[in-house]
Amino acid sequence: MDTDLGLWVIPLAILGGAIRVSTPFLFVSLGEALTERSGRINLGLEGTLVFGAMSGYALAYLTGSPWLGVLAAALCGALFGLLHGVICSLPRVNDIAVGIAMMILGLGLAFYFGKPFVQPVAPDLPAISFGGWSDMPQIRAALEVNVLFLIGAVLAVGLWWLLRATRIGLIIRVVGDSTDAARAMGLRPAMIRTCTTAVGGAFAGVGGAYLSLYYPGSWNEGISSGQGLMAVALVIFARWNPLACFGAALLFGGAGALGPTLQSVGISEGYYLFFAAPYVLTLGVLIATSSPTRAMTGAPAELSITK
Amino acid sequence: MSFSPLSRRGFLKGTAAVAGATALPHLAHAASGGPLTVGFIYVGPKDDFGYNQAHAEGAAAVKAIEGVTVVEEENVAETIDVQKSMESMIAFDEAKLLFPTSFGYFNPHVLEVAPKHPDVRFQHAAGLWTDGMPTNVGSYFGYIGMGQYLNGITAGHATATKKIGFVAAKPIPQVLLNINSFLLGARQVDPDITCQVIFTGEWSLAVKEAEATNALADAGCDVITCHVDGPKVVMETAAGRDCFVCGYHADQSALAPEKYLTGAEWNWAGVYTGMVQTVLDGGTIDNFVRGGLADGFIKMSPLGPAVSDAARAQFEATKAEIMAGGFTAIEGPLKDNTGSVIAADGEGFAEDDIALESMDYLVDGVIGSTS
Repeated sequence: MDTDLGLWVIPLAILGGAIRVSTPFLFVSLGEALTERSGRINLGLEGTLVFGAMSGYALAYLTGSPWLGVLAAALCGALFGLLHGVICSLPRVNDIAVGIAMMILGLGLAFYFGKPFVQPVAPDLPAISFGGWSDMPQIRAALEVNVLFLIGAVLAVGLWWLLRATRIGLIIRVVGDSTDAARAMGLRPAMIRTCTTAVGGAFAGVGGAYLSLYYPGSWNEGISSGQGLMAVALVIFARWNPLACFGAALLFGGAGALGPTLQSVGISEGYYLFFAAPYVLTLGVLIATSSPTRAMTGAPAELSITK
Repeated sequence: MSFSPLSRRGFLKGTAAVAGATALPHLAHAASGGPLTVGFIYVGPKDDFGYNQAHAEGAAAVKAIEGVTVVEEENVAETIDVQKSMESMIAFDEAKLLFPTSFGYFNPHVLEVAPKHPDVRFQHAAGLWTDGMPTNVGSYFGYIGMGQYLNGITAGHATATKKIGFVAAKPIPQVLLNINSFLLGARQVDPDITCQVIFTGEWSLAVKEAEATNALADAGCDVITCHVDGPKVVMETAAGRDCFVCGYHADQSALAPEKYLTGAEWNWAGVYTGMVQTVLDGGTIDNFVRGGLADGFIKMSPLGPAVSDAARAQFEATKAEIMAGGFTAIEGPLKDNTGSVIAADGEGFAEDDIALESMDYLVDGVIGSTS
């Protein structure tokens, strides 16, 4: 059997990379999209992501069950979100400043509590093989799909439907678009925003658990390389639409696989440029979809950056 | 009468208590401190299964020496941060011997701090001390490329696809020498073997290292090694893709017991205890120290269960040659992978040749580029 795919390796690697790398981006950006649709920005998700990675890994190692790890990561993420939400509900508190503080707090706590878990090996989350039909080890490897990725895909559709067609979605959107209108309807904006921030934090925690429990699948202090921050930017890129978040996360994951893959087929000049591909792509799409005549479409009106 | 929230007496009492409390640990510290305090600074966590762990194991050996106190700091960036760490170890811990262990600490940070403290000795790993630099600075390193050469021999025997892979951080001379040595070792087994290299661009980027390892496996490489700070991710990902692995920096056999062939490890325990003992005895460490397998600067992991008898025999024979000293891995006739001649027939660079420390090429058979 010939296993040398030649240049076909490139699209295959982009597909595989999109599936492997995108999940943390997906979860964090879905969480942030929900939070921002209610009119608040949580910049602290990078800290939540790393703390989720640590707590997930630690609990999976201690209990032997990766799913308990995911649960722990979600709970810790929700607590971080809750704290952010409660602090921001106080008068004259800036959510961006609180977010930056929460990010540093999350990183610091994760490094502090995570020290004893750098060396042990925790069990990994299971993956489902969709490549059984192929003899090619490359295709089989690319189509090893983690369960969390599938859950994330379902969540993206679910969240889109929730925001678009349900009463809860309407409430979140009203709170995000006009505090005054929400109050007139008898809603409590601060409480609703706190809830969406907590749920968003839980999502980010799960994204972190994916990093430490599946890919790359180990806990150390350099695990994140900024996925949490990039995912917050992806939300703007995706115009606050959960379905677009899914697409943006896939695009980002796939573009990230480009650098290593091009080197592996022998296109090795200027690899620093290929590594910048995801960011160049983001800039390109933002410029292409921007408009000089109207404000950002889809942006919740109560966001502190658009007000 | 009403009490003001902060009376003068209260303030004085409070500050006196705080001052007393903060002075206590210092007193205790001064009482227990030995005649020599040694400081170690690491760029990453000291339990990373890699570069920093190797140095921390050396520090642990130093701790065991009678009368020596060891202070350590991890996760110190290669920026002005390391200058602050060194200054604080000197000012507060009264350290007289410092080991800033990361490559990027040397220039400008060590070179800037050293002249201000002529009574403190700075021992830097991997730097290149030259005449004219402060005399209280020393640089030391080991010929770990020879370890990668031995890795390559086990890889050459283990590979079925005749393609081996290397995940590299940055194209600096030490890394390039490791890549070249890995391939040349494998080519001692079969001259048709090629080595695919992928640069990640940074010393520690978990996701990119995993992606690079997957890309190597996709390209058909079936033995993979690396030169990044923490090889844990590469080892686990490669073993997960059913590839054999060769370790680097420290022993990673626990991460992939079935797939681990061998590994090139640092052996800082012997080196560091020797240097500290020299200082304790009132001697001076040489400014420029290098050593290899024979000098106990590096060691090899025990051979794994997948290593064949033929591989074991060739591994042991080559290891004995290297132990004799002056081994030449970069030997002519040899071209780089762009076709330029590196060494003509009969020429070569022995392991202690200083020219190897400015290597800027990948040898013929390595698929990859230095820029």
